[in-house]
Amino acid sequence: MWKWFHQLASPPHFYRIAPVFSTWLLLPGLALIAYGAYAGLFLAPADYQQGDAFRIIYVHVPAAYLSMMAYMIMAVAGGIGLIWRMKLAHSVAASAAPLGAWFTFLALATGSIWGRPMWGTWWEWADPRMMSELILLFFYFGYMALRSAIDDTAKADKASAVLALVGVVNVIIVHYSVQWWSSLHQGRTIMAEGGPAMDPAMLRPLLAMIFGFTLVFGSLLLRRTRTEVLHRERRTRWVRDLILAPEGNS
Amino acid sequence: MSAPQRDVPGMLDSLFAVARRDLLLAWKRPGDVLNPLFFFAMVCTLFPLAVGPSAEQLTFSGPGVLWVAALLAMLIALNSLFLSDFDDGSLEQLLVSPQPLPLLAIGKTAAHWLTSGLPLVLVSPIVAITYRMPGSVVVVLMLTLTLGTMSLSLLGSIGAALTVGLHRGTALLSLLILPLSMPVLIIGANTVSLAAGNETYSAGVWALAAYAVGALSLAPFATAAALRISNE
Repeated sequence: MWKWFHQLASPPHFYRIAPVFSTWLLLPGLALIAYGAYAGLFLAPADYQQGDAFRIIYVHVPAAYLSMMAYMIMAVAGGIGLIWRMKLAHSVAASAAPLGAWFTFLALATGSIWGRPMWGTWWEWADPRMMSELILLFFYFGYMALRSAIDDTAKADKASAVLALVGVVNVIIVHYSVQWWSSLHQGRTIMAEGGPAMDPAMLRPLLAMIFGFTLVFGSLLLRRTRTEVLHRERRTRWVRDLILAPEGNS
Repeated sequence: MSAPQRDVPGMLDSLFAVARRDLLLAWKRPGDVLNPLFFFAMVCTLFPLAVGPSAEQLTFSGPGVLWVAALLAMLIALNSLFLSDFDDGSLEQLLVSPQPLPLLAIGKTAAHWLTSGLPLVLVSPIVAITYRMPGSVVVVLMLTLTLGTMSLSLLGSIGAALTVGLHRGTALLSLLILPLSMPVLIIGANTVSLAAGNETYSAGVWALAAYAVGALSLAPFATAAALRISNE
């Protein structure tokens, strides 16, 4: 087990095995998304209140879930890199940030499009979840800005890891303070409280989409990390050997 | 292999020494202390000009405007927290000192709060009165600003430590600190609004106090780690 772990942490080894894992995550992920999209758009019955508009949930919920998941991965990877000085972990954190920011944006965009027919507005300041998600997006921006502002990669890794860890504590506080704030504003009760439990025909595609998105996310993360590793190790011997090696022998 | 015994000052002594030095420096350069205050007053002047000077408009937006202005003024003051020490090399002396770095970070942050947060708290009643805030609400405003600016100084010290060696620091610092400071702003401004509306506001004050205590316990460690990273 430990040997495997150490091997994984070695950049050349990771570079070799990442495509295999990436493909094995991608294929089932795409299959699940294909099933989820078909079943969600055509098989699932229309909602009795929201009509067909509810179907955007099949993108919205996985995106929102992954936006937080990616942040946790980023922070945990940063922490691992900071504590055990594992270089690969920093590469993972660096690769997770743009993906997470993108899913956060996707969650906000789909939520906004959903909000237009449902609440009659593109943006609802009083909704705590929208606010937390927006602030999460700002966190991603700050993280990426800090990373790109520091030229020295090793320093950028550590500094951004500290920021990500501080952010984790704060994301939780932001979540609760925004909730408190919106309860003050006595906004309309959005998404009718105690709404109907989901019909299995609606739920199954949703679960498929969530798992499918997660698998594809994992696959993309591996691919991005692999590129990041290659870029960081561009001056090392094994990369030179890799590039100079004859075709089909790598 | 025992090192020769030196007279190492006690931990609290060193904390006070760091704080006293920064206060002295601020005293010699009063512009650094005054500029954020002028900025605060000016931002508070902009809002009635832009939104309209009617009395109900002012009482309605007053708490929020004052809080946002105070937050921005704190950000402006933050930039100088470690900068001059970084430039003249005394920051490295702090790093190699035998005292725990988080403690010294508290000393620097405390001096920073005394020269940026506390003056804001003291000036805020003057601005608040022009916004037609009644006396009882002004007290709540000062109380929340006291606790809030403490948290902002502590949070800001993390950001200032992370960006200290960077040349394009100011915009980046705002980008890092503003999302972190949103809970403070939300709770602070709304507590004052509640007080202005004659509702119970104590929960907000306690929440701010809890945030300040939490920041005081955790932020110095992050600041110290960030300082070490920035000075590698």
